[in-house]
Amino acid sequence: MSSLLKITDLHVSVGETPILKGVNMEIRQGEVHALMGPNGSGKSTLAYALAGHPNYFVTSGSIDIDGVEITELGADERARLGMFLAFQYPVVIPGVKVADFIRHAVSNIRNPDRKEGEGLVPMREFRREIRERMEALNMDTEFARRYLNDGFSGGEKKRMEILQMAMLQPRFAILDETDSGLDSDAVRVVSEGLARLSGPQMGVLIITHHERLLEFNRPQFTHVMLGGRIVETGDASLAHELHANGYATVRERHPEAAADNAQTVAAVTT
Amino acid sequence: MTTAAIDINRIGYSRDVFEQFLAERVEPVWISDARREAFEIYQSLLQSELDPEEFKRVDLRVFNAARFRPSSVKAQTTEISTLLANQTEYGGSIAHVDGQTTHSHLSSQLAAQGVLFGDLLTLLIQHRELLEPSFLKKAVRPDADRFAAWHAAFWTSGTLLYVPRGVEVELPLHSLIAHSRDGIAEFGHTLVILEDDARATLLEETSSINNDMAGLHVGCVELIVGKNAGLRYVQLQNWNQRTWHLAHQAGNVDNNASLQWTVVGLGSRLSHIHQDINLTGRAATAEVNGVTFASDHQKISYYTQQHHKAQGTHSDLLYKEVLRDESRVIWRGMIKVDAAAQQTDGYQRSDALMLSENARCDSIPGLEIEADDVRCTHGATTGRVDEEQIFYAQSRGISEKEAMHMIVEGFFQQVYDRIPVEIVRETLSRTVQGKLGIEALAAV
Ligand SMILES: Nc1ncnc2c1ncn2[C@@H]1O[C@H](COP(=O)(O)OP(=O)(O)OP(=O)(O)O)[C@@H](O)[C@H]1O
Ligand SMILES: [Mg+2]
Repeated sequence: MSSLLKITDLHVSVGETPILKGVNMEIRQGEVHALMGPNGSGKSTLAYALAGHPNYFVTSGSIDIDGVEITELGADERARLGMFLAFQYPVVIPGVKVADFIRHAVSNIRNPDRKEGEGLVPMREFRREIRERMEALNMDTEFARRYLNDGFSGGEKKRMEILQMAMLQPRFAILDETDSGLDSDAVRVVSEGLARLSGPQMGVLIITHHERLLEFNRPQFTHVMLGGRIVETGDASLAHELHANGYATVRERHPEAAADNAQTVAAVTT
Repeated sequence: MTTAAIDINRIGYSRDVFEQFLAERVEPVWISDARREAFEIYQSLLQSELDPEEFKRVDLRVFNAARFRPSSVKAQTTEISTLLANQTEYGGSIAHVDGQTTHSHLSSQLAAQGVLFGDLLTLLIQHRELLEPSFLKKAVRPDADRFAAWHAAFWTSGTLLYVPRGVEVELPLHSLIAHSRDGIAEFGHTLVILEDDARATLLEETSSINNDMAGLHVGCVELIVGKNAGLRYVQLQNWNQRTWHLAHQAGNVDNNASLQWTVVGLGSRLSHIHQDINLTGRAATAEVNGVTFASDHQKISYYTQQHHKAQGTHSDLLYKEVLRDESRVIWRGMIKVDAAAQQTDGYQRSDALMLSENARCDSIPGLEIEADDVRCTHGATTGRVDEEQIFYAQSRGISEKEAMHMIVEGFFQQVYDRIPVEIVRETLSRTVQGKLGIEALAAV
């Protein structure tokens, strides 16, 4: 049976400011969903809320996997249940080597009951596996010895996110603008990599402003977010149309949400 | 009489204690005479305040010297836990317990090359002409401050390493300073002399036999590095949390010579280290690394001086401190550049990572530059663990606690990367994990 990630009437606030205002979405393992929407519409907020960022408060609604509520779980527990977020802005952790970090992560994901200090995945197999994955992503294996994202270029950071996804093999992956900041060769490598990795075992939510990633990973569903709500859902052709024509027509069709979107952006910028 | 008369018996030792100490010693007159001279300096320094610049934040109010006395009893040679012994092959090793040398060994190969390594007192007597001119005269002088004088009057055992001209000692040497009984005052001295073109690595550590007894270490380290010579010296302070550690340490680096000096502070109730790096010869270089992890109510303090005395010298200091619980760390760093020391590079940096709201760190860098053609930078940061880093790691399935531990280790990693001796890096990483409370260690 394939698993189902279900988001029901999700309301999320940052501090006192409500950002998401009732998001509904269902992602089944094996499906590819695209999430689009203008800047500030709440896409990353949804991604963080799904991953369990402590500053993003779920004020009402729920997130569940196969009926098991995860809204109250910590980010690490969610990850151990198979959630993965490729960050729009990956975080630098100085002094922590990529290989050590990923080895700890893999050990926890593959052995969800693992406690700190308990065994890690065997070094030799781990080395072989990470080397293969890096080669598939056209990454220099030297990166494994570097400190996590420290001094990495924007594109290198994004590839590092995909490497982690490849190693962790999540059930549900959210890719938050993984294609931005990549040169066109890198977009192709990442797109092909994602296509190879997704398949029936992974449900993917691709947040993007570009079309390339979706060419290789054709979404069954395209969602449009505006003012903290999903205002339209369609198929791949909707993504195509939005790329061609922008969000003007969507705003016209949903004036209330469009006004909300403008307001949130204004509220934060002033 | 002033009303605020200093209670000598609390802050140090009176003449009675000194005379009794001397009466029990069997040693050449020239050594006792040097002690008497130092003791007179000590008595006068006891009458004056400690330099507020250096000691203002070092809380010695509850220190009671009367609680500690030098041991005249033969030290027990019980097993002492060490972090570094047996971790690698050593060219020689020495141990001092309660101020007496209990073990000393040097490989016959090194001995044949003229290397001297062993108990300071014994070797000082045997090689007076060679060693006397350097002992407490070049790097640390008895009149440097109250603690240096106290040490110079009361020192007993110590580690001496002398490497003749051109001899390169490949294997590291190990030195252990230990306390085994309650109430011990111990005055360990470390004297390292590298003649021109010589090379050596000395790894030194301190250890208490258990966690309950109180102890006092008034120590001194003198590192004298000759022309083109290279010394790597590590001192890993790992006393129990009832030990006072007061130390005056100095290194003199001659022409084209290099000194890599690593100071590790893990233990002690209160520790204050005065560390002088004197770049005395042209193009001398020094790299200074500090790793400090304070917990509970520990107070760990450093006063470092990178003193550029000659042209084209280079110094680079990096201290990293992690503080948890209600601990306190003080770092006061100074780069001094004499007028003659043109084309000098001096760097100093201290980074503190606070794991608790109740810990406190004071980092105060400083520059005193009299030359005009120099490059000096200094900086100090104090920060907390970044929540975004924790979340990022958590989103990869790593628990909050484990993430925090990884971040702390990563924080120290930047200084480990500068420590040239692998077993020291490994030992530190293991010890830091222990102090973080990571029980079982991951199987590699
Ligand atoms: N941590 C935060 N603090 C303050 N405001 C926030 C925070 N996170 C999000 N917001 C606000 O919430 C709104 C939605 O932001 P979000 O990052 O989710 O947008 P987005 O759709 O991902 O935009 P983009 O396409 O630019 O990445 C914005 O107005 C943003 O400023
Ligand atoms: Mg975003």
